[in-house]
Amino acid sequence: MAGPVLEMRSIVKTFPGVKALSDVSLSVRPGEVHAICGENGAGKSTLMKVLSGVHPHGTYEGDILFEGEPCTFKDIRASEQHGIVIIHQELALVPYLSIAENIFLGNEHATRGFISWTETLKHATELLRRVGLDEHPDTRVADIGVGKQQLVEIAKALSKKVKLLILDEPTAALNDEDSGKLLDLILGLKDQGITSIIISHKLNEISTVADSVTILRDGRSIETLDVKAAETTEDRIISGMVGRDLDHRFPERTPHDTEVGAAPALEIRNWTVHHPIDQQRKVVDDVSIQVRRGEIVGIAGLMGAGRTELAMSVFGRTYGRYAGGTVLKDGKEIRTKTVSDAVKNGIAYVTEDRKHYGLNLIDTINRNITLSALGKVAKGGVVDEHQERQVSEGFRKSMNIKAPTVFEPVGKLSGGNQQKVVLSKWIFAGPDVLILDEPTRGIDVGAKFEIYTVIDKLAAEGKAVVFISSELPELLGMCDRIYTMSAGRLTGEVQRAEATQEVLMRQMTKDKR
Amino acid sequence: MSTNVTAKSPAPAPAGKGGSTGGGDGLLQLMVDGMRRNMRQYGMLIALGLIVVLFAVWTDGDLLLPRNVSNLVLQNSYILILAIGMMLVIIAGHIDLSVGSLTAFVGAVAAVLMVKHDLDWPIAVVLCLLLGAAAGAAQGFFIAYLGIPSFIVTLAGMLTFRGLTEIFLEGQTLGPFPEGLQKVSNGFLPEVGPDTNYHNLTLLLGFAVIAFIVLQEFRDRRRQQEFALDVPPFKLFLLKIVALAAAVLTVTMMLASYKGAPVVLLILGVLVVGFGYVMRNAVIGRHIYAIGGNLPAAKLSGVRDKKVTFLVFLNMGMLAALAGLVFAARFNAASPKAGVNFELEAIAASFIGGASMSGGVGTVLGAIIGGVVLGVLNNGMNLVGVGSDWQQVIKGLVLLLAVGFDVWNKRKVGS
Repeated sequence: MAGPVLEMRSIVKTFPGVKALSDVSLSVRPGEVHAICGENGAGKSTLMKVLSGVHPHGTYEGDILFEGEPCTFKDIRASEQHGIVIIHQELALVPYLSIAENIFLGNEHATRGFISWTETLKHATELLRRVGLDEHPDTRVADIGVGKQQLVEIAKALSKKVKLLILDEPTAALNDEDSGKLLDLILGLKDQGITSIIISHKLNEISTVADSVTILRDGRSIETLDVKAAETTEDRIISGMVGRDLDHRFPERTPHDTEVGAAPALEIRNWTVHHPIDQQRKVVDDVSIQVRRGEIVGIAGLMGAGRTELAMSVFGRTYGRYAGGTVLKDGKEIRTKTVSDAVKNGIAYVTEDRKHYGLNLIDTINRNITLSALGKVAKGGVVDEHQERQVSEGFRKSMNIKAPTVFEPVGKLSGGNQQKVVLSKWIFAGPDVLILDEPTRGIDVGAKFEIYTVIDKLAAEGKAVVFISSELPELLGMCDRIYTMSAGRLTGEVQRAEATQEVLMRQMTKDKR
Repeated sequence: MSTNVTAKSPAPAPAGKGGSTGGGDGLLQLMVDGMRRNMRQYGMLIALGLIVVLFAVWTDGDLLLPRNVSNLVLQNSYILILAIGMMLVIIAGHIDLSVGSLTAFVGAVAAVLMVKHDLDWPIAVVLCLLLGAAAGAAQGFFIAYLGIPSFIVTLAGMLTFRGLTEIFLEGQTLGPFPEGLQKVSNGFLPEVGPDTNYHNLTLLLGFAVIAFIVLQEFRDRRRQQEFALDVPPFKLFLLKIVALAAAVLTVTMMLASYKGAPVVLLILGVLVVGFGYVMRNAVIGRHIYAIGGNLPAAKLSGVRDKKVTFLVFLNMGMLAALAGLVFAARFNAASPKAGVNFELEAIAASFIGGASMSGGVGTVLGAIIGGVVLGVLNNGMNLVGVGSDWQQVIKGLVLLLAVGFDVWNKRKVGS
């Protein structure tokens, strides 16, 4: 076949309030490994969901041609029948079923509803050999590591007579050795004639396995490059990923006087954290950072860089298994073993996932704001409702939370207003150090500006702010200094004056292995 | 929205008071708005009113005879006590299946202590309450600190305590209880003062409660103004006080024209006001709502979720013990078959009263309203001669209807 095996033309996909894909075209040649890269939120996963029928035909605009035929998949099953199989970032295996059962789940070797175990076993063994997994098919999936589980997923895909295999950040959860094996397997499958699309932002990975790479940015396909061509350097890819105008607006920020002599408000030394389940894997590896009063310090990194994990493990060890490191506040070592310890020591963490970790959606604005510091409006264990209401009314006005009263349930508010409630909650706790994790995720431009203004004001009041974000322009606009992380490690520290998107992206994609 | 209905009236207030006396459209609008926002509570209150009216008509007024109202309180006291604790457990996102068995078990221990060993009843009562607290604490430990699901732990407790009851009683019924304890469970406030055709102490108590409500409401309003908060219009405020006072007065007059207020009603009143206040105003109450509403968020806010869960179960155990004592004393005997299905009645009361399977929602007053709905249904159906077979069917349907309405209402608001 001479023409492309897959063509996606001018795909547009809109979610309520957000345009996830505004114009994406993609053309994949038969038998190649095609990489797709782009920043967080560039639309990579959405595009693959459109292709595999997770977003069914009719919910998007544009055409998809597979092997020359137009595709109108109404669900995943339909796309799988055509030989398009997607392996999601979060593996879709049932942990308490065996490898063989998982491989043929929904596709069992059965006659009249009864499973033929000999046939199942025979086929499973063959498939496992093909993916190079040396485990008995009867082993429970829960008993093998993530790397091997990934191989089971691929075996499952092979059992469905896959022609086009889509892997969404397949190595994000793997250690170096497993990643290497997986990449080898992808190359092996290529030799067997299977076309792959691999979503990744690890540039070294792309240059190892991919033949061509398509770059997405802000829901548009920017360009497709031939990886094997000499002019396709990592820098070239980076400039494609970030080449965007700074169209966001930020409050006028003059870096505040930071007493360079004084001890930093927050200092984290040699912080190491292991994955909560896969305890061999270091999610945060020997990270040391410091933040002074009045300073806004950014942490940049792509998915899986370990930013949230760093923040949460410092904040009361709420993530992973602590494996070493100290936290100092104003030069003195402090205990942050529990959330109460951290709060008592003046640290606040504003989560990236406000719906699950930040708010009690069924409760009122009022009660959400005071929850982390109820003692401030209570005497002898009894909450003074009137004082509480006064406090939250104050925040409703000063933060411009759009709600008729503070007795409105938080779940009814828009994302931006919910975020203001979370911020109010932690400002009310009166911390010296605020760790803000993606504080503007999923909210509109107007609300973003309001939140930037609040952050700026906090720094002006002498608080130390750690600003974790995936949006580089936002970091460039707000921060005095930016740390970069990649694969759990600190890969750089950039001063405001020297920071550009290209510099940061280079550090963020650096593999310090 | 300072609808302070919660925990202010010790007796469940019959609804339908002062509905259409509103002055002007604005006032009516405000009332309607307030009701709409508290659909759960008012919905159940209105349903209770309808059920009361239905049975009052059906029984030619027998339902509302002073003697029957008195009986209603006595018959349902132990379920209502359990429902208060159960509401807390459900708000925290758990369930407790053991309370029926625990009720029986404490009754059995109480009988052994007082009947076999002639222990003074006040001492025995304290011991029994401690025993209940210990049993609750043990279950709470497994649930909170070892992370075993509450359904499993309390199912185990249900079997264990039932078995222990039979072991303690050696399969027999044990009684009678000392007269003092019987008075607490079955008795009425003492008669004092001149003969007035009414029970004096009950009248006094009723007036005191009304005075307290009025004072409290005015104090609350003043404090709100002190903090420069918006207050509801004075007319609406007045209307609310009048409605509350009228409700308390009605119940007071009914009870006073018979033998007076039952002692358990007093206990119940204290529990409702106390727990209502704790759930609404105490830090721990807030924490219970928070862990039930969103556990990860509560943890990340520094709520000590394990300790709170533990205490909720400890409290449930203690209330189950209290219910066990009241029940045993009312029937003047401890029986191995006591308390069967009590846990289900308490759970049903909580859900009828507005609790949610997923936790985080509900009020103590709601549990009481739910319990009274069930109680009035029981009593009313007994009066009109519906057999216990059909009673169960009807109660089941009422539970389904109440929660179904809730789900439907929530979906409507959500969309």
